[in-house]
Amino acid sequence: MNIVVCVKQTPDTAATLTVQSGKVSWGDAPLVINPWDEYAVEQALRTKEAHGGKVTALSLGPEQAREALKHALAMGCDEAILVSDPAFEGGDSLVVSKALAAAIQKIGSIDLAFFGRQAVDSETALMGAQVARRLGWPSLSLVAAVAALDPAAKTITVERMLDEGRQVVRSPLPAAMSVVKEINEPRYPSFMGIRKASKAEIPVWTAAALGLDSVPAPVLSWPEIIAPPKVEIQCEIIQGASVDEIAAKLADRLIQEKVI
Amino acid sequence: MAQKVIAYIDNFNGAATASSWEALGAARHVAEAIGGGVGAVILGQGVEGLAKEAFEHGADEVLLADAPGLKDFRPEPYASLLAQAARQSSAEVIIMPTSGRTRELGGMTAVDLETGVTPDVIAFEVQGGAVVATRPVYGGKLLTKEVCLKARPHILTLRSRAFPKPELSAGKSGTITRLEGASEAKTEVVEYKASGGGVSLTDAAVIVSGGRGVANNPKLTPPSEIADEKQQEIWRAQQGFSMIRDLAAVLKAAVGASRAAVDAGYIPYVHQVGQTGKVVSPDVYVACGISGAIQHQAGMRTAKTIVAINKDAEAPIFKIARFGVVGDMHEVVPALTKALKERLGR
Ligand SMILES: Cc1cc2nc3c(=O)[nH]c(=O)nc-3n(C[C@H](O)[C@H](O)[C@H](O)COP(=O)(O)OP(=O)(O)OC[C@H]3O[C@@H](n4cnc5c(N)ncnc54)[C@H](O)[C@@H]3O)c2cc1C
Ligand SMILES: Nc1ncnc2c1ncn2[C@@H]1O[C@H](COP(=O)(O)O)[C@@H](O)[C@H]1O
Repeated sequence: MNIVVCVKQTPDTAATLTVQSGKVSWGDAPLVINPWDEYAVEQALRTKEAHGGKVTALSLGPEQAREALKHALAMGCDEAILVSDPAFEGGDSLVVSKALAAAIQKIGSIDLAFFGRQAVDSETALMGAQVARRLGWPSLSLVAAVAALDPAAKTITVERMLDEGRQVVRSPLPAAMSVVKEINEPRYPSFMGIRKASKAEIPVWTAAALGLDSVPAPVLSWPEIIAPPKVEIQCEIIQGASVDEIAAKLADRLIQEKVI
Repeated sequence: MAQKVIAYIDNFNGAATASSWEALGAARHVAEAIGGGVGAVILGQGVEGLAKEAFEHGADEVLLADAPGLKDFRPEPYASLLAQAARQSSAEVIIMPTSGRTRELGGMTAVDLETGVTPDVIAFEVQGGAVVATRPVYGGKLLTKEVCLKARPHILTLRSRAFPKPELSAGKSGTITRLEGASEAKTEVVEYKASGGGVSLTDAAVIVSGGRGVANNPKLTPPSEIADEKQQEIWRAQQGFSMIRDLAAVLKAAVGASRAAVDAGYIPYVHQVGQTGKVVSPDVYVACGISGAIQHQAGMRTAKTIVAINKDAEAPIFKIARFGVVGDMHEVVPALTKALKERLGR
């Protein structure tokens, strides 16, 4: 199995965010691998462990995005590639999906491409499906379990987590899939893995290297980004002599305020 | 006929999802601002009946593909049909509800049309013929405005319950145009396994959620055959969640949970609310034994009224709650269930 896993570098979810002249700042909070992508890396590694092959981690981003790739390498990925070019800066999902699809094509003969469910910064949850469309591959999103994988027959059966229940889907390979956290428990990077990752060579592929002579300008723009206005909520603490009295008062208040 | 605004009617097993009508209502608003009519795209098998509902919810035209090959939603043929519908009507805007299906559909259709897609929109305005959409980013810590000026149509998926349902005009009808020539589906749906989730969390008007506190009821003695400590904890949590379900039943509510409760094995993941679970906007959110971590807030902060029951007066949940009770949820929840039952006569 020749496997790709796409990982993004994002600010830590615990970071305090501010907006300064239209730009998002997370102060000195660390940048980390997008937490959802750890599940994707784990699934890629498990697939390789079960069926043999190779896992390549792929990230599009600035130079710092190397750190996300190093995390993926430390978890056990065999190789990593950074897709980086000033032309991709400020790219929307159309631009990024084009670049990632081109990189996957350049790696060549990939059977499975893994994605996280969504990036915790942009929150779009679109990339897996968009890359799949560009490659002409089936998209398997929100995968919670792999029920069967037959590398020889080039088929995979997965369980997808829909609102209405789990959908079991059979698909030919190659395919792109995005995974949800139910699928596995990501491993921690091992000491050996961290050492290996720190020494790893991570090639940079530019737009030209991907054969994209002209990178399209993003079609989307973001005229304003704000911290939501802090709504001052005064919490009304319901008190009383007994639990029954408190419950009665709360029920009355909820009905009075037409909350229910 | 050219409809400048298209609403996509998401359906499952032939029934439209509730938030599809919210999308249709929003489409009407956009059409009023930019001119032209509203087309509703309906795809599936045995979905022709939805056309009548779409007209009654405000569609001027229904663009319909009803074929055996479209039985289960698969993004590939659906995207090709939606892209075709958009080209046919020279659509300026496509509006859909947000669901697992429409993230794929919106993303793929955007690739086909080389255009922009803005997911999980919570508000928008129309300025100079373009939709300026607002959506949460960074787990809802920030809001961004997003506009698509360089391509058409702009595709939006709306967060459930963020927009009102349009009023029904019974008996209203319109023209049905058939869409032909869907591409082959690449995948095959083998079966569905029910989630046993009851009310859909994202569509629910009221949600009662439990956190790690549901297991913290030392007064309960587990049956003697459960010797393992972890199993005892889960047993306690199940008693706690059964109290939550009773309260939910009185309020006709869906049941949610924190990640801590899910990770501890108290309740399946489908119930998880938060940054890595479902994002919900109910009218009322009752948080029981939930501390209100920032990642949990990311999934429920936009609830109209939050009620917190927690034994720690310092828990962050009280900072966003409208009503709070500082106390043991194992006492408060059943008492509240009883008090509401009496008052609501349910
Ligand atoms: C990347 C990332 C993503 C995450 N995504 C999510 C997510 O999607 N959803 C989510 O919920 N969390 C998420 N988390 C986890 C989050 O940070 C918290 O750990 C989690 O929300 C805590 O759940 P809790 O409030 O149930 O537990 P705790 O924080 O342990 O709080 C339990 C609360 O119950 C109260 N309590 C205890 N006993 C009782 C009792 N008898 N009566 C009343 N109150 C009682 C306590 O006072 C306490 O406030 C995420 C974390 C990370 C790092
Ligand atoms: N810049 C990027 N580089 C590599 N992978 C990405 C990038 N952006 C998104 N992805 C992948 O696509 C998934 C969904 O991201 P998004 O659609 O941005 O929410 C992520 O979990 C990653 O697996």
